[in-house]
Amino acid sequence: MTAEFHLESTASEMSVRALLAEVRAHLRAADVPEATCGTVEIVLAEALNNIVEHAYDGAERGKIGLHARLGQAGLVCTLSDRGAMLSALHLPEGRLPEIGSRPEALPEGGFGWFLIRSLTRDIHYTHAHGGNRLTLRFDLPGSDGSDS
Amino acid sequence: MELLETCHDTVKIVTVPEARIDAAAAIRFKDAMRAATAQGPDHVVLDLSNVAFVDSSGLGAIVAAMKQMGDGRRLDLAGLTPDVAKVFRLTRMDSVFVIHDRADGVAYRATG
Repeated sequence: MTAEFHLESTASEMSVRALLAEVRAHLRAADVPEATCGTVEIVLAEALNNIVEHAYDGAERGKIGLHARLGQAGLVCTLSDRGAMLSALHLPEGRLPEIGSRPEALPEGGFGWFLIRSLTRDIHYTHAHGGNRLTLRFDLPGSDGSDS
Repeated sequence: MELLETCHDTVKIVTVPEARIDAAAAIRFKDAMRAATAQGPDHVVLDLSNVAFVDSSGLGAIVAAMKQMGDGRRLDLAGLTPDVAKVFRLTRMDSVFVIHDRADGVAYRATG
């Protein structure tokens, strides 16, 4: 399982869909198991939608780059954009919202960073020269981490 | 979003024909659910067997669909595919909904 690819997209919800389909096709072609493809798609969907909705504020004119490298150490995906930086260089903690017992009080959001943090081995964010760079590292079955 | 509705005596099955409930589809899904559940039985089962992917926006829309049905009514889920089941399990939303393996099983039980 080795592969390396670079994809680019405009920052809209529909192009995120298309980008995720391309990533899945690349991972399948590299014989990544379906469950792992699903994990990666869940995380990338959240991270990419954050860029569309927050970094570019839904303006749909920004660009997003996605670079992926699959090797012995697992899968490393780097997302780059030139939108607004994440506040104070601090990644959201990603705590699971309180579920509680009253249906009317159930949370309808706040799951994104929780999913990202739960399903990655580690994440790393930098902002430099007007650009954001978010690196997401995944364990793969057979890589040096546990299989996720 | 077009949803398919099948009414049995005491339960309505609402089937999502599309493969994704994601950020691009969440609002359309929630609006379609409001229309589909406005009338009919108090017990509704959402058949997700065609849905391969739900992101956090889609998850929020499914929770919103349940909340907008109102007091005394119930939304169950059925036919979760692997990636969808993973999102429900991780966020513990699998403890909020009754989840059936298949929607048609619920209908058979409901009609006796």
